[in-house]
Amino acid sequence: MTVKTLTIDGQLVSAREEETVLQAAQEAGVHIPTLCHLEGVGDVGACRLCLVEIAGMNKLLPACVTKVTEGMEVVTNSDRLQNYRRTIIEMLFAEGNHVCSVCVANGNCELQDLAIEMGMDHVRLAYHFPDRKVDLSHDRYGIDHNRCVLCTRCIRVCDEIEGAHTWDMAGRGTKSHVITDLSQPWGTSQTCTSCGKCVNACPTGALFYQGSSVGEMKRDRAKLDFLVTAREKQQWNF
Amino acid sequence: MELNELLEISRQERSQAKPIQIRCCTAAGCLSANSQAVKQQLEAVVKAEGWEQEVQVSGVGCMRLCCQGPLVEVERVGVETQEILYEKVTPEDAPAIIETLKGKESNLSVVKLDQPFFTSQMPIVLENSGKVDPERIQSYIATGGYQALYHVLRDLTSVEVVDTISRSGLRGRGGAGYPTGLKWATVAKAKGERKFVICNADEGDPGAFMDRSVLESDPHRVLEGMAIAGYAVGASQGYIYVRAEYPTAIKRLQTAINQAQRLGILGSQIFDSPFDFKIDIRIGAGAYVCGEETALMASIEGKRGVPHPRPPYPAESGLWGHPTLINNVETFANIAPIIRKGAEWFASIGTGKSKGTKVFALAGKILNTGLIEVPMGTSLREIVEKMGGGVPDGGTAKAVQTGGPSGGCIPASAFDTPVDYESLASLGSMMGSGGMIVMDQTTNMVDVARFFMEFCMDESCGKCIPCRVGTVQLHGLLTKISEGKASQADLKLLEELCDMVKNTSLCGLGQSAPNPVFSTLRYFHDEYLALLSAE
Repeated sequence: MTVKTLTIDGQLVSAREEETVLQAAQEAGVHIPTLCHLEGVGDVGACRLCLVEIAGMNKLLPACVTKVTEGMEVVTNSDRLQNYRRTIIEMLFAEGNHVCSVCVANGNCELQDLAIEMGMDHVRLAYHFPDRKVDLSHDRYGIDHNRCVLCTRCIRVCDEIEGAHTWDMAGRGTKSHVITDLSQPWGTSQTCTSCGKCVNACPTGALFYQGSSVGEMKRDRAKLDFLVTAREKQQWNF
Repeated sequence: MELNELLEISRQERSQAKPIQIRCCTAAGCLSANSQAVKQQLEAVVKAEGWEQEVQVSGVGCMRLCCQGPLVEVERVGVETQEILYEKVTPEDAPAIIETLKGKESNLSVVKLDQPFFTSQMPIVLENSGKVDPERIQSYIATGGYQALYHVLRDLTSVEVVDTISRSGLRGRGGAGYPTGLKWATVAKAKGERKFVICNADEGDPGAFMDRSVLESDPHRVLEGMAIAGYAVGASQGYIYVRAEYPTAIKRLQTAINQAQRLGILGSQIFDSPFDFKIDIRIGAGAYVCGEETALMASIEGKRGVPHPRPPYPAESGLWGHPTLINNVETFANIAPIIRKGAEWFASIGTGKSKGTKVFALAGKILNTGLIEVPMGTSLREIVEKMGGGVPDGGTAKAVQTGGPSGGCIPASAFDTPVDYESLASLGSMMGSGGMIVMDQTTNMVDVARFFMEFCMDESCGKCIPCRVGTVQLHGLLTKISEGKASQADLKLLEELCDMVKNTSLCGLGQSAPNPVFSTLRYFHDEYLALLSAE
């Protein structure tokens, strides 16, 4: 396996050939904010938070899907990038109804963490106030579409790890939303195995365990990563 | 099939041509103005008069001056070939047209063929448009059709074909202007057991109908270009991705594919060579984002039509992970003439970096709306004022919008700019696929920007946040400005968000969505300022 040498924020870093800029940065202890990225499942490059500047490239590239190359010079935290990231988070807050004080994930929410990280103390953009639904038809779980950021993590874990492909996208543009099976209530889904991986994967309070009240939501993200490794290496014991 | 058989079809077709040809436009524009009924009536009158031996009535493709449709051309082949083009023909006019053939005068409205709209054109892509019957392969073969493909398969190596296209200087007509030869060479060199060729016929820009016209008027031309491309890059399967809103184009393409397959021009061992090439149609539901190549391929694969990050580029990993060549309809339509007449001939037309011609759909506040094909480097003034005849009722043109939602508005003060990829880009617009919308003094440029933003907002696939939410925010701000409720701070936010959406979106749709705002802000800043509230 070939090893590549690159610089990330001026720091010399070595990385394996197939690694992404995000993986190389994480190994080197450089933090790049992400939202749609989830360890263990495929990347889609949709949230645009991990965009980085690469010397000699006009375009900003998403670190999660950009492979390292020899001599690559990566900048992960310029003022311009931080501005864009803050605006992206503001856009998400303006798009749904993200009121942390009444959310099950309050204190355990990646969107909240990102807003704090970006220093977002107010939203400059107009709120959309969308009319979105809450689906509580499943015995154990629920989905509040108002808190969904459309990261598609639930779709990917369900498809790639559980193999059920219960979740999918419907609608376009601002009308995009996640659905179960043929856009039917989750509780009536024939394919859902009630494994709860989607709930574990969700970065916000959109997918939750029924009965949890404000601030109670906890997730075991490492479990998803463990499942993938276990399958790939056939090691099922810790 | 051998060359002599091809030539025999061509010879037969020409020898059987009747001395009087009546061609009725049956492309989308004229069809919607009832040209099918005109054609049927003409046929009925010819039959009733017993003139079937002398007169041939046929349905043909676009005759360019769409605003005056339905158009009917009468040609007398003889010592001195005469052509008359009748405009706004109704079925009731059919007897009068036939009467003129007997020498009678008529008061039918005739289009002047010596006006700049026609004389300034240089048809390469459209050379057969309005001449051949798109539903008969013999009609195409009679113009020398498929001889380029025969020549390529029998006499040239794939490297030579790629080299010819490279030397011609042809650039992608889908809008971005990527060198076609370079793209072909990349796919040809890519490693893969299977390769694909895709024709992007998902034309969706508001006001654009070039690709539609080419497909409806001369479908075989596109098939021939695709087959040559398939040979050059080593692909044996092609797909035409065409939107469902183009039913006539789909029908004629399917007819054309069937006819070509029956003659052994498409399918297995084409022209008895070892080369196989099959073309299938894939019908898109009409999502604008599916014109973006990665979204288009996802749609062909049967997945949701959303883009994914590039690299990897289609040339390396395209349809089902195989190397794939994607070109636009007009690009493929340029291939056969380049092979036939040579790279040098093509490279001699146009400007330094933009070779050949470009087809534009001229629309908006202009006298002559329709389809034009001009050499690259023709000035906007010539197109708008001379060919287009200027703004009707004594108005003056204010701007031209080119490139659709991805392009921008060019002010009248820049009309002397030659039309080529670089010049348009330097003006903050782009060639795009070729929509050209003329606006007069009554047009409010903030409304124009808002219209295109609304289009992008509706057509965003919703996958990435800057495009999904950013276009909604931008549309909201533009609405606020046009309603006179916005402040300086809103204008500043508008500019900031435009920059952000352009630089952070995942695909071309989001990356170019702010362009109409940028260009109107650049040239018509006063109009924005005039609408700001006093506070």
